[in-house]
Amino acid sequence: MDFNLKIWRQKNAKDKGHFETYHISGIEEDASFLEMLDILNEQLIREGNDPVAVDRGCQSSGPVSFDHDCREGICGACSLFIDGRAHGPDDHVTTCQLFMRHFKDGATITVEPWRSAAFPVIKDLVVDRTAFDKILQAGGFISVRTGSAQDANNILIPHDKAEESMDAAACVGCGACVATCKNGSAMLFVGARVSSLALLPQGRPEAARRAKAMVAKMDELGFGNCTNTRACEMECPKGISVAHIARLNREFLSAKFSE
Amino acid sequence: MADKLISKIPDGPLAEKWTKRKSEIHLVSPNNRRKLEIIVVGTGLGGASAAATLGELGYNVKVFCISDSPRRAHSIAAQGGINAAKNYQNDNDSVYRLFYDTIKGGDYRAREANVYRLAEVSAAIIDQCVAQGVPFAREYGGYLANRSFGGVQVSRTFYARGQTGQQLLLGAYAALNRQIAAGTVKSYPRYEMLDLVIIGGQAKGIIARNLVTGKLERFGAHAVVIATGGYGNTYFLSTNAMNSNGSAAVQCYKKGAYFANPAFAQIHPTCIPVHGDQQCKLTLMSESLRNDGRIWVPKKMEDVLKLRKHEIKASQIPEEDRDYYLERRYPAFGNLVPRDVASRAAKERCDAGFGVNETGKAVFLDFSEAIQRLGHQRVAERYGNLFDMYQKITNSSPWEEPMMIYPAIHYTMGGIWVDYDLQTTVPGLYAIGEANFSDHGGNRLGASALMQGLADGYFILPVTIADYLSHKFSEPKTDINAPEFDEAEKAVQKRIDDLFAIKGKDTVDSLHKKLGNIMWEYVGMARDEEGLKTALKKIDELKEEFYKNVCVPGSQFEFNQELEKALRLEDFFEIGKLMARDALNRTESCGGHFRIESQTEEGEAKRDDKNFMYVSAWEYKGEQAEPELHKEPLKYEFIEVKTRNYKD
Repeated sequence: MDFNLKIWRQKNAKDKGHFETYHISGIEEDASFLEMLDILNEQLIREGNDPVAVDRGCQSSGPVSFDHDCREGICGACSLFIDGRAHGPDDHVTTCQLFMRHFKDGATITVEPWRSAAFPVIKDLVVDRTAFDKILQAGGFISVRTGSAQDANNILIPHDKAEESMDAAACVGCGACVATCKNGSAMLFVGARVSSLALLPQGRPEAARRAKAMVAKMDELGFGNCTNTRACEMECPKGISVAHIARLNREFLSAKFSE
Repeated sequence: MADKLISKIPDGPLAEKWTKRKSEIHLVSPNNRRKLEIIVVGTGLGGASAAATLGELGYNVKVFCISDSPRRAHSIAAQGGINAAKNYQNDNDSVYRLFYDTIKGGDYRAREANVYRLAEVSAAIIDQCVAQGVPFAREYGGYLANRSFGGVQVSRTFYARGQTGQQLLLGAYAALNRQIAAGTVKSYPRYEMLDLVIIGGQAKGIIARNLVTGKLERFGAHAVVIATGGYGNTYFLSTNAMNSNGSAAVQCYKKGAYFANPAFAQIHPTCIPVHGDQQCKLTLMSESLRNDGRIWVPKKMEDVLKLRKHEIKASQIPEEDRDYYLERRYPAFGNLVPRDVASRAAKERCDAGFGVNETGKAVFLDFSEAIQRLGHQRVAERYGNLFDMYQKITNSSPWEEPMMIYPAIHYTMGGIWVDYDLQTTVPGLYAIGEANFSDHGGNRLGASALMQGLADGYFILPVTIADYLSHKFSEPKTDINAPEFDEAEKAVQKRIDDLFAIKGKDTVDSLHKKLGNIMWEYVGMARDEEGLKTALKKIDELKEEFYKNVCVPGSQFEFNQELEKALRLEDFFEIGKLMARDALNRTESCGGHFRIESQTEEGEAKRDDKNFMYVSAWEYKGEQAEPELHKEPLKYEFIEVKTRNYKD
């Protein structure tokens, strides 16, 4: 398969950035989107070495930087905005699990980084998502000391509650929700964590404090508000439901009322 | 120098060794812990749990990871589960049985005392994780559910769908976040350790590169903990994450830490087969699938040929023409034999010409019987996400046709040599989790990597490290302007400058792929003397090619992924050679290490206990010299050493 790739290039956080277009051919349809980018990078590095190609103006910015790691859809590192959609045209996948068979041969594909004030670009398609870590540091945990836990079967959790908690806990922290939301809100990310813990008896003692602290931190870090467009749910690679935002709102309000 | 290999295994009965050691270990009082600094490199299950627990105890911890967040460490990708000797299923499980299964599964090449301790603390891990809010699978009564894994006859594996590693890591990461918020731990994401700094023979700090700015920075401490995982990516294609690497281990090795059992690499039987040369990563299908999936190839060659030409589908081959070769060869364990056994059996069938895809390198993993027996819904509950993942990747539905699988590199049992306290041969330097060698011998059982990472990080290292630190609190803080730091930083700087100076034409990835081919061909599932010697020669040649012809584009003072990869590849060359050398030395077969020269008439691995019942520990002797082999004899006082038998 052949493609034209229109890719966002930005040298560093200070650079304004621009699009560059590359042509790539001979891609297998079973190749993943990131394998296709690997092949492009091989090509760009080789062209960069080739004085003729450089004269033709083929290559000016070197290989394209992008975050990736597990390539199994679980680490949450990959973060590309492809043809206007977070993680591209397939549903419920991260970019690493997107395959070229979902594109038309000869298509022009536009690739951008997450665009959000809270996720500044580091280089090309790589963004800084430490804001997510900071939100979780504000309260996304249960305060239990190593070694002080009781026997695991002393805490009974109904099957369905455990499953629902697990649905929320499946969040990979990729940031697609923020990148998709027109307000740049992190409510789905925060809702998933708050909800996952609030559903479990172990998570109840700190539930109110957790919801308040995480929401406050999210606001402080420049994420936007939720206006219930549900776009985040549509683009979440793990299909996390906005019902978890509703639960976050309940937890948050009851915490505020009990103040 | 053999006297450096003092394992410090406590005397006395097996079940009392850990208690005895704990009672001997010196303590550090809370007000003195504040004065002590510890560096933890890596934030997988081992690193995150260790950093969190050490921070909670009041030490000053600095934790480093190469990814943008500690949560992305490769432990996150572990699917199937975590073992613990809880006996919640009332199937007569016990600490002893978990210990026994692990020693046997490791083909009698792991230390008795370490493995017993691992089994002993396993139950507390589950308690800890549940208290943290890890949503393990539950039965309808609200009690914890279990499943079974390879190489055992009980159900002791706890799981959170096919995302157990993710959930355990998010638990450890949450504990870490709590300590970061409390100020006891400082986190350094997007930092890569590039050297270990030793002062007066003791580990005192690291040189790390800020991956965003490209600047080299110095960090001092009273002790350094390596939790950077395994070196499976030496093979280029593996189930490891793309950025997983063995560089921290190599830096420690070059600074005097012995490297143990490098040849012991695990080849996982159930991975999605390679689809072409453009591939850079292999995907694992969880071992848990072998609970209900049945592995087979056709009995008749004509069916094989038709399958390859897509003239028939697997589901059209009648029951009597299928060879369920694991059930045939190993009736007692069937599809749940250990990984090394299952992998070799798949290779045997494919080498005999029965591979079921175009490349001839695939076998079937079939759920049709399970779907009939359990119904669609229960199969979906157990494996739904794995089925989806398989379908996304291969464009074929496991509900209709069996999965195709083939073995791939997955885990490395070898690693930095450590004593019972998890301390390396360098005082003040510790190694935990997959980065060390201690618990899995020649083959790791499924669902035991998560157990080991968390055992080391939550319950073992935070106790044992105090013994070393109890003598350190009166010492001044490590001076990062000391000449040893200057020297280490200069050496790293030179390495980087040298790489940019090559200005060759070949990419790092294409050279890494070549290394991977050499490793898979000659140091893969079956090894022999000639092949291993060829590997050593070819790696040297490739190394030469690398230093002549690699291209590292861009500059060092920027975010530069090509530079990161080039530095890691240099270290993979070192590991590749060490693996080949160790495999050459160990002329027996054991666990995942299969020497063609040493097999039974039935083609099973044949150990040589008389000559090889030892841990091989390699000491670095300089760039030009051969490393020196030291041997730590393995003593089995509490279990009888037998030939592994999964047949009856």
